Amino acid sequence: MAGSPEKYKDRKKIQIKINDEDLTVPEGITILESAHEVGVKIPTLCHLDLHDLQLYNKTASCRVCMVELVDGGNQNRNKLVPACVTKAYEGMTIRTDTLRAINARRMAVELLLSNHPNECFTCPKNLECELQALAEELNVREIRWEGERMDYPKDFSSDAIVKDSNKCIYCRRCETGCNEIQTCGILSGIGRGFNAFVGPFANIPMVESSCTYCGQCVQVCPTAALTEVYHVDKVWEALNDPDKHVIVQTAPAIRVALGELFGMEAGTIVTGKMVTALKRMGFDAVFDTDFGADLTIMEEASELIYRIKNNKTLPILTNCCPAWVKFIEHQFPELLHVPSTCKSPHIMFGTIAKTYYAEKNGIDPDNIVVVSIMPCIAKKAEAKRPELTKDEHNNVDIVITTRELGAMIKEAGIEFNSLPDSEFDRPLGETTGASVIFGTAGGVIEAAIRTAYEWMTGETLENVEFEQLRGMEGVRKATVRIGDQDLKIGIASGLGNARVILEEIRDGKADYHAIEIMACPGGCIGGGGQPYHHGNHEIVKKRREAIYEEDRRKKIRKSHENQEILELYREYLGEPFGELAHKLLHTHFEERERI
Amino acid sequence: MKIKSLDELRKIREEHSNQVRLREYGEMAGDKIEILIGMATCGISSGARETLNAFVNALSSEDIDNIKVVPVGCIGYCHSEPTVQVNIPGQKPVLYGNVKENKVRDIIEKHIKGGKPIENLILHVDFERA
Amino acid sequence: MASTRTNIMVCCGTGCLASESEKVLKNLEVIAKARGYAEEVQIIKTGCFGFCEQGPIVKVEPDNVFYVRVSPKDAKDIIDEHIIKGRKVERLLYMEPNENERIKKQEDMPFYKKQLRVALKNCGLINPEDVYEYIALGGYEALGKAITKMTRDQVIDTVKRSGLRGRGGGGFPTGLKWEITKKQESDVKFMICNADEGDPGAFMDRSILEGDPHSVLEAMAIGAYAIGADKGIIYIRAEYPLAIARLNTALKQARELGLLGKNIFGTDFSFDINLKYGAGAFVCGEETALINSCEGKRGEPNFKPPYPAEEGYWGHPTCVNNVETFANIPSIIMKGADWFAAMGTERSKGTKVFALAGKINNVGLVEVPMGITLREIIFDIGGGIPKGKKFKAVQTGGPSGGVITEEGLDTPIDYDSLIERGSMMGSGGMIVMDEDDNMVNIAKFYLEFTMDEACGRCGPGRIGTKRLFEMLHKISSGKATMADLDALKQLAYMVKDSSLCGLCQTAPNPVISTMKHFWDEYVALVKDEDHPQGEGRYVPKNKIGMKS
Repeated sequence: MAGSPEKYKDRKKIQIKINDEDLTVPEGITILESAHEVGVKIPTLCHLDLHDLQLYNKTASCRVCMVELVDGGNQNRNKLVPACVTKAYEGMTIRTDTLRAINARRMAVELLLSNHPNECFTCPKNLECELQALAEELNVREIRWEGERMDYPKDFSSDAIVKDSNKCIYCRRCETGCNEIQTCGILSGIGRGFNAFVGPFANIPMVESSCTYCGQCVQVCPTAALTEVYHVDKVWEALNDPDKHVIVQTAPAIRVALGELFGMEAGTIVTGKMVTALKRMGFDAVFDTDFGADLTIMEEASELIYRIKNNKTLPILTNCCPAWVKFIEHQFPELLHVPSTCKSPHIMFGTIAKTYYAEKNGIDPDNIVVVSIMPCIAKKAEAKRPELTKDEHNNVDIVITTRELGAMIKEAGIEFNSLPDSEFDRPLGETTGASVIFGTAGGVIEAAIRTAYEWMTGETLENVEFEQLRGMEGVRKATVRIGDQDLKIGIASGLGNARVILEEIRDGKADYHAIEIMACPGGCIGGGGQPYHHGNHEIVKKRREAIYEEDRRKKIRKSHENQEILELYREYLGEPFGELAHKLLHTHFEERERI
Repeated sequence: MKIKSLDELRKIREEHSNQVRLREYGEMAGDKIEILIGMATCGISSGARETLNAFVNALSSEDIDNIKVVPVGCIGYCHSEPTVQVNIPGQKPVLYGNVKENKVRDIIEKHIKGGKPIENLILHVDFERA
Repeated sequence: MASTRTNIMVCCGTGCLASESEKVLKNLEVIAKARGYAEEVQIIKTGCFGFCEQGPIVKVEPDNVFYVRVSPKDAKDIIDEHIIKGRKVERLLYMEPNENERIKKQEDMPFYKKQLRVALKNCGLINPEDVYEYIALGGYEALGKAITKMTRDQVIDTVKRSGLRGRGGGGFPTGLKWEITKKQESDVKFMICNADEGDPGAFMDRSILEGDPHSVLEAMAIGAYAIGADKGIIYIRAEYPLAIARLNTALKQARELGLLGKNIFGTDFSFDINLKYGAGAFVCGEETALINSCEGKRGEPNFKPPYPAEEGYWGHPTCVNNVETFANIPSIIMKGADWFAAMGTERSKGTKVFALAGKINNVGLVEVPMGITLREIIFDIGGGIPKGKKFKAVQTGGPSGGVITEEGLDTPIDYDSLIERGSMMGSGGMIVMDEDDNMVNIAKFYLEFTMDEACGRCGPGRIGTKRLFEMLHKISSGKATMADLDALKQLAYMVKDSSLCGLCQTAPNPVISTMKHFWDEYVALVKDEDHPQGEGRYVPKNKIGMKS
């Protein structure tokens, strides 16, 4: 966080004193924010300020940031205050370095540790854990409190998220995100006093809740109370099974984030190194989900044009995002006719791999294992949906996250940073700029417009970058002129924003033609399966810039110009949105309970 | 019915004041005149109950509320029942005998209001009690 | 119709109801009717008299006779002997322990002699289910006066000058709270009555609501007028069914008479009140937790500021006052600030209701002027320690307070003197311990309570109170070391310093104060190998009689 955040810039200036240093700060600023100005770092744990997303966790509950507020007149009236929420006032004097404050901060962590499993070595958050880091930072050397610890069973019920309540430190970041940003209301405080933790209502198994598995809770959890279901071992098993032909596909958002796990600057594009690493790990073929994305555009743009021309339901909603799909199924079952029926890109890819690719290469589809590497936790559950696995050949067999891929590369002993670049395999490896931008909010709709524009007007689109469709706001409305028609576009990222748009549609107040919705704020670059941003949203912004950079580097930037896609239709599928395409590339939704 | 002014509220207060008149509350305790009615068997059979009620009714119809009428046990003068003792704070208690219903008005008018005990009703005994 | 000559008041507070006072009431009615005295005798069900130790209480007026421990079968004698024949039923009169004479009059009883009733003035005097009785004793005149004859500022000024401070525990000046809420610019404001009474052993709020519900409604309306609110909420714990029933009756009656609702007293001031039921979480007595609970959220406190006066119920300026605080308001408006300010001490005016419990003869509810000494309360009003045992300490402020020993007994009590003594006023719970009580166990008893009742939101409250309790348990089991005592002390101060809200900031007070006054008892449990385990061992739900 910068010294004086933007939000205070027009405020009156006041004088305060922190550890004998005088400083001038804007009114309304917190002690925590001010302290940076004088080079004082106050530790925090529950505090989370993702102002780009309007996600503020201000529970002030961990009490790790206690500082001493000095009373000018009477030392006995000094008191400790939490720096994260206490606002500076004229003449305020703060000391962060008194014995009382240091002890309080250290003991706050000591107490948390006294009720925390001692299993750092085997914990999925080992070395990523914020509590662990604090213990080191605050010099905790002993835990004097032997006593009861929370003892709840782990919840492995879902295919996506593991809940280990014993590691819950009750910071409520996940709850704030789940309720205020995603408006799902799945997570909330349960129990009271010592037994309090965060979980779904009445602590029902996650799978029985209306959780969308967006994974934003996992992304902000400081410990390992919420993590993804681990599928690394399944991948190793498949790779070591000589009978299996193991195909891997990587989502667009992976290549701009994976480098972070190897100490690289956020936003470093590592596509080539990633492909090399996957090949060295022993995958039989390394493909790009972008191919599936281009295929999605072919189908979705066709569906959009079909709906416009035939006066069918408008707007069309993109449905690449499985968390968003589950959201509408639970929350707006009356609107299930609105989304596009297209499968999501990686599922389309899996289908093509086990049909077209299998036939073309003479491989028994039963022996093909499709592994998806996704920035996403919900994709794990999506791949298990019955309607997507009904024809015995799971379209996608295993989904692992960016983080799991990083862990596998490390485990394989591959020195990622010094790897040479490689290209994706062919023929399902050719991709376009259009499919790359699927990785960020607004990208899917922009890609669809690039294609729809040319199809509807018959003209060549010169400038493919639609600035009006780009931006970090949660809800964006824009108009794109196509021929003699104005296409009204809505873009929402974050499920709370999606809810706003869906309510407009439900109430008949929306006049959009097409709407893109992504569950994670910022789109897939900010996905629940991405490297932990630890509260620094600048990282997500840099990934976004890298996505657009990758788009600009591409020679082909429109999906319908992808030669391998065109060949696929020519050789196998027939017409976009045609009969076989319908059978293989489209799906349906079902109404779900809201709990 | 809705109360639309302070006066209306006070009217209602008046109307219901009887309901709570007999109750001792905080600041009223202490300076009350007591009228004790002997309510033993002989008293009752001579009409003490009627006398008691006559006092209560008369006092309440005149809105006198610094007086309490208390039934007590046998005062000991069975020959002169009903017996009534009037205790005015600061004065010597006065004991009346043969106080039938029809004497009640007199006692209130002359003794309570006028301050003069009705000599011919007084039972002259030497009080050691108070 | 003949005027009634006798009123028989039967306490129907929760305590007396539990001892069958409703049957007493019924029997009195049946027998009076059978004897032909129904016209002459009015039998009234009232709220609590406070002397719960001696319940059920029956009082006969105007005779001013106070009967105690009246059983349903005593009804016959009360009618036949007292009402018909004017003979007091001697055996039902109160007898002071250690003396042989029975006492007839309430004001002669030591329990009542030193009491001064303002908040409780109507409790035990009127039928709480009859608004006309309340009106007959001057009820709702204060409201009428405030809204038809006084400006909002005058109301606030009167309350400010009276010196009334919040009776819920904090002692924040009530008038100032009203003033701050009034100053907020907002079209929507709320007046909330905090009836989430949770201190073990304290029940003054319940008694007021059961015995005199209209006084609270009236005061809320006065407050609402002053701050500019048109909606009120009474947040009451669902475990108070009788208080809820009486409040509902009172609300209905007040609405029928237009004392709540639109255009009260023909003015443009409108105000109505809803009840919200709490689920009995101690922490919901903290005002921000209470507001969260009212909104249907988890009952846990928020960081202040913003204070409810700035951002309260659904973000609107909200004034939260306690039941007992409200019960003082009508009298202050009618009799003036000076009358109220004449009672009490320099910085704590008026009276305070205390709930006496523990090792004390007269368990019950007493209202006394501020500035009275603990000695007067415990020995004069409370009748001292049973069985001739020696007084050891008294805990004021409930689980948030601390112990005060013999040397503090003569301090005039008010908000500030109690804090100076390491305890606090709290909501007025007062629990007396005698020489048999082990102070480590006492601390542990309270910690068990706060540990159970902590919401869990902040780390020190959630884990710290648990660890304090466990450490006390270790000490009382004779397994602790001197280093453990140091750790306990350090943790107690840390929890006090670092917790998020008042509940856990004050939770260590019993530990801190018992360590201060009874350090030798802690050390004995660590060092003294011969220490009798029976005495040191913790007995859950222990014998001082608060949880039963």
